[in-house]
Amino acid sequence: MDKKLKIRSKNLNFYYSQFKALHDISLDFYENQATALIGPSGCGKSTFLRCLNRMNDLITGIRVEGSILIDGKNIYDPSIDVVSLRGRVGMVFQKPNPFPKTIFENVAYGLKIKGIKDKNLIAEYVEKSLRAGALWDEVKDRLNNTALGLSGGQQQRLCIARALAVNPDVLLMDEPCSALDPIATQKIEELIHDLKKSYTIIIVTHNMQQAARTSDITAFFYMGKLIEAGKTDTIFTNPALKTTEDYITGRFG
Amino acid sequence: MRNSTSAANNLHDHEITTIHERQLQLRPEFKKVFHVKIQKRKKLFQHLFYFLFRLAAFINFAALAIIIYFILSNGLNAITWEFLTKPPVDSMTRGGILPCIIGTVCLSICSVSVAFPVGVFSAIYLNEYAKQGFVLRVIRLCINNLAGVPSVVYGLFGLAFFVIYLEMGVSIIAGALTLGIMTFPVVIGSTEEALKAVPDTYREASTGLGATKLQTILRVVLPTALPGILTGGILGISRAAGETAPVMFTAAVFFSPKLPSGIFSEIMILPYHIYVLATAGTEIEATRELQYGTALVLITLVLSMNLIAIIYRAKLRKKTKI
Ligand SMILES: Nc1ncnc2c1ncn2[C@@H]1O[C@H](COP(=O)(O)OP(=O)(O)OP(=O)(O)O)[C@@H](O)[C@H]1O
Ligand SMILES: [Mg+2]
Repeated sequence: MDKKLKIRSKNLNFYYSQFKALHDISLDFYENQATALIGPSGCGKSTFLRCLNRMNDLITGIRVEGSILIDGKNIYDPSIDVVSLRGRVGMVFQKPNPFPKTIFENVAYGLKIKGIKDKNLIAEYVEKSLRAGALWDEVKDRLNNTALGLSGGQQQRLCIARALAVNPDVLLMDEPCSALDPIATQKIEELIHDLKKSYTIIIVTHNMQQAARTSDITAFFYMGKLIEAGKTDTIFTNPALKTTEDYITGRFG
Repeated sequence: MRNSTSAANNLHDHEITTIHERQLQLRPEFKKVFHVKIQKRKKLFQHLFYFLFRLAAFINFAALAIIIYFILSNGLNAITWEFLTKPPVDSMTRGGILPCIIGTVCLSICSVSVAFPVGVFSAIYLNEYAKQGFVLRVIRLCINNLAGVPSVVYGLFGLAFFVIYLEMGVSIIAGALTLGIMTFPVVIGSTEEALKAVPDTYREASTGLGATKLQTILRVVLPTALPGILTGGILGISRAAGETAPVMFTAAVFFSPKLPSGIFSEIMILPYHIYVLATAGTEIEATRELQYGTALVLITLVLSMNLIAIIYRAKLRKKTKI
């Protein structure tokens, strides 16, 4: 099972002003695999995830040391175009955050900012993305209604579809199901399973079952450090370290 | 060591129980004397404040009602077709106020087209781009002070700067610029308010999809904030339409038989016309009815401008719905 390396984080340190939130993180991600990031609240999972598409740049006073290579290129190199990087590394947030626009406009947004003007092409992409987001059948008759009228689970799938529309290689998901009920969660998990075939997926989750169900690789973070990473099966059945075992079995603290 | 601690704990527990019991025993008396007293006072306060709040709200309403009733009852008789469509005649003791209506509308539109873009652009800069720090604090201080300057000071400034120094003369443009500077803090204030109300998650979502900052602002932030921004425009217009002091040296004249022909024309405006009729005319008493009629027109104009904008805003809000 030889997988192609997609992302390599090398000795990554991250600071919020004085506070060092990530300590020397080295971790690889492979194409067509889902990697789950787990760990207690505040351990730096979101921070790490947001380093991968440089969303942390929006926060003032941050500092990054080390490097993150995507397809062999360091995304923290000054020559990199951050805007196009974010086009290649899509993100889905913890809370569904559709724009206050129509369903169609939400998905078309990424295409329009890319400068695509052809109406037919946009419509085609929108349908394709909504299908990929497993939402098409539910919304095809009301594409021009506001997206805010959708249920939470539908909104989150819309956000996934919106992210897919710009055709990224990598999809980052920060607790995408934490605001959803079990049925909506299951839909999204199935979706992740399908999406794995064409994307590199990195998902933050607090739900151990979800990590076990959706991911191939699991990485355990604790207090800003990467404690252990490996095949999900191994991590969940036979972790190398006591801390990992304690966290996974819920004997933490 | 262990034993002694637990003994102390026991003792503690014991004390607590006794205190608790004692309190329980006292309870009925508390209820009778103390409790009832407190309850009564609380109730009294409740009623008192409820009454005060209601009174204040009512005074508010009553003031507006009285003003409108007063102006209607005194001015309604003056409103005729001729009054609305003819210029004043006979040293302004008869005739209409058409030049004033047109002047006020022109001046309001011009001053908002000055204040609105500048105000909105500044607010975008302050809220979306500027980094927190000394410079930002100074700019904010200036804006706040600008809002506190009395309007007659704007008038004198406009006279000295636009009318004389920039040689614009007494004209719509000089008045519009003066009023524009005056209404500018109002526009900034409400625009910033509206921009702050746009959730950061929208900005994040847009950025995460590969939008530049400018694209995010133009395509997500501004459309979402538009209803609120328009409120700033409305407030600006109403303010500009009703002001006298800033324009009486810069744009308005006592009497002008012609309608304005361009931005360099001098104009008559409604509020100044009222002021002139009521203070400087030859027949102050004889023109009372005209004064109230003019006031009625002014109020109607301002209120209907507000109404149009409010309806438009409500429509937009329905569409974006945050
Ligand atoms: N904008 C910020 N400024 C300063 N410190 C921050 C900021 N965001 C996060 N932190 C700190 O960095 C650390 C890691 O935060 P992070 O959000 O990455 O945790 P997390 O693992 O995602 O937690 P959770 O599971 O609760 O989402 C925390 O101690 C947090 O307080
Ligand atoms: Mg998090």
